[in-house]
Amino acid sequence: MSLLNVKNLSVILATNDGPARAVRDLSFSLNKGETLGIVGESGCGKSMAALALMGLLPELSETRGEILLDEENLLDKTEAEMCRIRGNRLAMVFQEPMTSLNPVHTVGNQIMEPLQLHLGLSESAAREEALHLMDRVGIPNPEARIDNYPHQLSGGQRQRVMIAIALSCKPDVLIADEPTTALDVTIQDQILELIQNLVQEDGMALILISHDLGVISENTDNILVMYGGAAVEKGGTEQIFNELVHPYTQGLFAAMPKLGRARTMRLVTIPGTVPDLINLPAGCTFTDRCPIATDICRNTPPPLEEIEPRHAVACHHLQEARSRKTEELFS
Amino acid sequence: MSVFIAKRVLTLIATLIGASMVIFLVMEILPGDPALVILGVDASDEAVRALTKELGLDRPPVERYWSWITGLLQGELGNSYAYKVPIWELIEGAMLITLPLAVMSIALSIVLALVIGLYAAANHNKAGDVTLMGISQLGISIPNFWLAILLIILFAIELRWLPAGGFPGWDEGILVCLKALLLPSLALATVVGAILARITRSSVLEVFREDYVRTARAKGLSQRATLWRHVLRNALIPVLTVTGIQFSALLTGTVVVENVFHIPGLGSLVLKAINNRDTIVVENVILLLATMVITVNFIVDILYAVVDPRLKAHDI
Repeated sequence: MSLLNVKNLSVILATNDGPARAVRDLSFSLNKGETLGIVGESGCGKSMAALALMGLLPELSETRGEILLDEENLLDKTEAEMCRIRGNRLAMVFQEPMTSLNPVHTVGNQIMEPLQLHLGLSESAAREEALHLMDRVGIPNPEARIDNYPHQLSGGQRQRVMIAIALSCKPDVLIADEPTTALDVTIQDQILELIQNLVQEDGMALILISHDLGVISENTDNILVMYGGAAVEKGGTEQIFNELVHPYTQGLFAAMPKLGRARTMRLVTIPGTVPDLINLPAGCTFTDRCPIATDICRNTPPPLEEIEPRHAVACHHLQEARSRKTEELFS
Repeated sequence: MSVFIAKRVLTLIATLIGASMVIFLVMEILPGDPALVILGVDASDEAVRALTKELGLDRPPVERYWSWITGLLQGELGNSYAYKVPIWELIEGAMLITLPLAVMSIALSIVLALVIGLYAAANHNKAGDVTLMGISQLGISIPNFWLAILLIILFAIELRWLPAGGFPGWDEGILVCLKALLLPSLALATVVGAILARITRSSVLEVFREDYVRTARAKGLSQRATLWRHVLRNALIPVLTVTGIQFSALLTGTVVVENVFHIPGLGSLVLKAINNRDTIVVENVILLLATMVITVNFIVDILYAVVDPRLKAHDI
């Protein structure tokens, strides 16, 4: 029995140009203490999947499938019930620390809020706990910082505050959506390490969303690669880095800048752009950018097939994808 | 904070000095001789000259400006040319009507605006929102003097709940006076309230899209709790700006409605004074209005700093 079990999750957003299928048939499970990485480009649906888990999608959007947290389907919960789950059993850290904190409240008050809401702590007890949390997330001199406003803190410190808020009620699952993308490179590692350590200490499950394969490879047990709103490859982190199969996963890997590469060599890119979620192609969504696509790709969506235990790939040309080297596919 | 306030006080003084010069200059340029208006067109040149000398109007403008300002600083406004009574008495009576009227109007507007604006924002694009915004558009479009007449017809003539006009004076009791001011303030508050309601609505909707609102929801706060704790205070900043501007406008712009209701407020006083070429009264009333407007702006600026902690750091 998994802690979090997502089955056939689909999200349809209402846009001015019509319904957009932001997430399609996404399934994954997560055990206590496990870390799942979700990778993909901007616009591949990873953030929408995260917001769907939290029940915080924009108005008028539709969610289908099942999100089972301890066998209870979150999609059947009322809004009031979801309010008791959010921040308490499911917590989220967002990408933008600069704008994710309310500018008119002190950071202390913002950390104290979930403590008072979910744990029913008194103001003084919540303040004590907030000081303790600030210390835990590595904010120096919490006594002086607790009455600061967000604009008085650096980006890295604000993200630490966000993490303190998310961890305040010891959630079962923490969702970190690009938690380091907006931060300096030097701070990125510190924040990731902090999240890892805290998650391990409290034994919670983590969903780490990133477009950065480097971040994902170092910090996760399992990986889900998303493209055009659906999973194209999933498996254990080691399995996937041992053998990158799906042409898109290979493309992502090839596009990472590497040390030691000759200066004159240009960075590899995947040609084209992510598909329009409103007019998704009938077959594989990666067809237009895929170097080995054929007619069948254009017309029939490929199923997720296991190529080894737990490692599944959605591609019509598994043989060819596995035999070709990444450098051949994208150069 | 103290630097912030000190800077603002200096600006306030400088603005007042500038305003007093402009007011004096305009009254100098204004055609029409006070003495001639008081004595009438048939008056002899000698009589006019004598009165001009008596009023002190034969002195050079710089000297008159100086004595006006030094008089002001000593609390001595002088006498009205036309009525021969101390100017302060005229102003005091009028101000005790206009100021409460403006305060009542702005208070009514704020209540209207918050109720309508918040309700409309909470029901964004639903029937209630669309209807209320349609009504508020109407509220902005209606001239307030016309609305004043409609209110008189309904509440004074048909229902007979409230007086049609006039002002009994504060000696007659507060309740009677507030009753007399209710219809005029309602006429004024409709337009101002409609403007503020629309700004409240759009501001709340804008703040609802902010990242920190999503954070608040992710903490487990309900939509309603998020609105009160995280949205409202941020949304109030633009509302505060426009409230300040509208309150200033109410202080100086009640003259039309005052006339419809026959209320002897500051607007009526200054209108009469201009007709009588009672320049000294005009100068003092306008300077008083300027002071009130600047003071309102000053208070609004301080309120900004109270609402938004980022402003203190920048010491604007």
